[in-house]
Amino acid sequence: MSVTGVLSQLLQLAVALVLAPLLVGWVNQCRAWLLGKSAPPLALPYRTLFKLFHKDAVVAENASAVFRLTPYVVFGAMCCAAAIVPSLATDLPFATAADAIALVGLFALARVFMALAAMDIGTAFGSLGARREMLIGFLAEPALLMVLFTASLISGSTSLPTIVETLAHREAALYPSLAFAGVAFTMVSLAENARVPIDNPATHLELTMIHEAMILEYSARHLALLEWASALKLFNYSCIGLALFVPFGIAEGSGDWLAIAIATPLLVAKLLVGGAGLAFIEIVSAKMRIFRAPEFLGTAFLLAVLAMLVRQLLGA
Amino acid sequence: MVTTSPGTLDGVLLLIVAWLLIGAIGAARPRRLGLIAHALFPASAAASVALCAMALIALSGAPQTAVLPLGLPDLPFHVRLDALSAFFLFILGAGSAGVSLFSAGYFRESESGTSPGLVCLQYHVFLAAMAMVLVADDAYAFMVAWETMALASFFLVTTDHRVPEIRRAGFLYLLIAHLGAIAILLCFGVLQGSTGDYTFANMRGLSLAGAWPAVAFFLALVGFGAKAGILPLHVWLPEAHPAAPSPVSALMSGVMLKTAIYGLLRVTFDLLHVQVWWWGAIALALGLATALYGVVFATVQSDMKRLLAYSSIENIGILVAGIGLAMLFKAYGKELFAAIALGAVLYHALNHAIFKTLLFLATGSVLHATSERSLGRLGGLIHRMPWVAATALIGALAIAGLPPLNGFVSEWLLLQAFLFTPTLPQSFINMLVPLAAAALVLAAALSAYVMVKFFGVVFLGRPREANLVHAKDAGRFERVALTSLAAMCVVLGVLPVQVIALLDHVNRALLGTTVGGHGGSWLLLAPIEPDRASYSPLVVLCVIVAVTLVTMRVVRRLYHGRLRRGPAWDCGYPLQTPRMQDTAEGFGQPIRQIFEPFFRMERHLPSPSDTEPRYAVKVEDRIWFALYAPVARAVEALARWVGLLQQGRIAVYLMYSFVTLLALLWFAR
Repeated sequence: MSVTGVLSQLLQLAVALVLAPLLVGWVNQCRAWLLGKSAPPLALPYRTLFKLFHKDAVVAENASAVFRLTPYVVFGAMCCAAAIVPSLATDLPFATAADAIALVGLFALARVFMALAAMDIGTAFGSLGARREMLIGFLAEPALLMVLFTASLISGSTSLPTIVETLAHREAALYPSLAFAGVAFTMVSLAENARVPIDNPATHLELTMIHEAMILEYSARHLALLEWASALKLFNYSCIGLALFVPFGIAEGSGDWLAIAIATPLLVAKLLVGGAGLAFIEIVSAKMRIFRAPEFLGTAFLLAVLAMLVRQLLGA
Repeated sequence: MVTTSPGTLDGVLLLIVAWLLIGAIGAARPRRLGLIAHALFPASAAASVALCAMALIALSGAPQTAVLPLGLPDLPFHVRLDALSAFFLFILGAGSAGVSLFSAGYFRESESGTSPGLVCLQYHVFLAAMAMVLVADDAYAFMVAWETMALASFFLVTTDHRVPEIRRAGFLYLLIAHLGAIAILLCFGVLQGSTGDYTFANMRGLSLAGAWPAVAFFLALVGFGAKAGILPLHVWLPEAHPAAPSPVSALMSGVMLKTAIYGLLRVTFDLLHVQVWWWGAIALALGLATALYGVVFATVQSDMKRLLAYSSIENIGILVAGIGLAMLFKAYGKELFAAIALGAVLYHALNHAIFKTLLFLATGSVLHATSERSLGRLGGLIHRMPWVAATALIGALAIAGLPPLNGFVSEWLLLQAFLFTPTLPQSFINMLVPLAAAALVLAAALSAYVMVKFFGVVFLGRPREANLVHAKDAGRFERVALTSLAAMCVVLGVLPVQVIALLDHVNRALLGTTVGGHGGSWLLLAPIEPDRASYSPLVVLCVIVAVTLVTMRVVRRLYHGRLRRGPAWDCGYPLQTPRMQDTAEGFGQPIRQIFEPFFRMERHLPSPSDTEPRYAVKVEDRIWFALYAPVARAVEALARWVGLLQQGRIAVYLMYSFVTLLALLWFAR
């Protein structure tokens, strides 16, 4: 473990923390434009965070330690995940401690804590949200893992930096396995980040919400951390997608600061395109009934398994 | 690095005798609760810890054998302590230490059943029999110990024998245990060839011809599968576990099921030399089917011990799937990958022994504090029983397979093993294995659902019944037991390299290769090479804790830590009652809907005009009605036909004798 490695690791974490709320702001802006509305400012998520941090926290009378600990655990897990996913560079010392499977485990850890916190107060909406979130989670998690396994089989490794390096050096061609995996990954990301066909981030209509139902009881700094964590989650998923399917331009080797300097604007450009794409998907699709979600995610799961089979049988 | 460690086998035998003695003292003073609770059970826990120490020493040592002058004349007991036995003895010691300590505070005088002294005897005979199973080195000693274990656990299950359901559950358990025992007996019969020598040493030396190895393997799979709860022989688990007192459920689920895994490993990897790939494929498929079936049923249970019993079925399924994968690799000569799969199996067996014991004991504390087993009448216990809740949370997170706890490590290893299958030379297997990995991942993801339901409904939220506010936290002994088991979950989770160094003794003995020592360091687990896959839970734990603490400090420093308490918001609805929380049935409803074909459901829905609307749902096992009920009916019909012979009049019986005699004379003509 070198000093430069640690530095690039910290730099990447800082970039993730800074860019994540901006990405959410950008997606919201694109959505508003596409819907013909006047768009909120790009930095609105920042202002929201700032405002929330300054408020006094109100906690329900019967909240236990689980409730108060959860925002910190979720935020910590998402920061860890941001440290593993190669977004700028592949020289990440922390990524040797946790590979792709551990990454999925970290997401699951955050989800389980969120669901437990939602059940902690004992309100109707809390347990409704927890139940639905676990439903989405148990369907999405295997699909995500299968996508990552397809990439692991191609590179012969479950370590994310190695996967990205291998994929970045393949000749540019359309690989059937990656195409299937890409579609599956997009579907999973929509579900996991509470985006439109599964959940609606803009709604507080009781019967349709999932993610929002779980965090209803949170306020002030706890809510700010959870909002930031979900922005980080979106950022992480975007970066996993970029790293697996368009890894070109990522900085390789240790201490190559010039490459990182080039990779940063490239990452921003990719995120701009990706965020616009997400907003487009969101406005052209309608939210599904909750019991259509298993079909949607089941399709994603099958596509991911198909990707793995294609890779195994055809080697493509 | 083979060292002789004289005396560990003698030590283990001595501990078995000590357990029997403790049991005998308990039986001699059946009503002296103080003696039993404060002297005998703690002493037994000390013996368990000693067993752990012996097992650790024996693990690295050479196999030791001895012949005991017990049993029938000319048929002494052979005992042997090798790495595989030692590892499972360690599981037995670790699991039973916690359970015995917990039992010290648990067993009380009860109106409805067995006296504490008798329970103490049965409990210790059970422990001693399990230890004997693990060191037995001939079929005779093995079967005697196996049957003693089954009988002792049967009596423990029926501790409250005045309750009819419990008697029924005990009968079902005994029945399936004996079906299994018959299969195991036949398996040993096949394994000895035609030599008539039933020692394992002889079986190890033989190589069977023709179809006999396959017959032996499938008999072992059925026999040990009946004990472990492999589909479709799993039906006794969800009946027996809720019936038994909690420490007994913990011991049965945590440790006894592992003796079946031990038996399967002993027969397939040690005694049988032939390894055919499709045996492995069948075990893999059966294991995964069991895992999925178990976990799907676990999500819809509303009795907390039944839920945990189904979760045990799931974990046994994962273990059997891992064994199948290891056999597949071994059949193709990929010893290293087989070692990874087998290592994952052993690791998971140890993990399951710890966290399932912990969770069953936690349900025991809840049961004592509330006299309630149904999830629908619990809730909010984290406020009344913080100690039990905290340890149960660790257990639940561990069993859900979340990093950095122990459940994740074994899952990680097993998934790594799955990812190596492209190296197998058969494309049919290469195609099936991704599907198997997908099924395994699905089961693992669902287990998180189960654990959120279990912990959330029991400990979080608001109390669903008024009397729950009087619930008291667990006593001294129970706390120590729960805390030590929870600590083991963390330790096994963050120090995988050290644990695998121990497991590798078993791998070396059975496969001739090891998982560890291919790169990595004391901190970094890397089964093949660090470039391929690496995992360091200690670093992950430290980073998560560090980030969490730093965030807390920074938020407090930059802003403020002001906090107010108020009523719950819940979108502004003024009237909220605890009945509005999800019930156990409600939380499982999505799974019930998605996996509807799995279940046999009876639902009673209220009509809109009902003045007192009631909703009831009963979820049952299809296998019970499709397989067991017809068999039971057939057996009963047959018994009725045979019963016609029994007239109860001496003249009729004399007539039978006469007819038989005539028939024999005619035959012997």
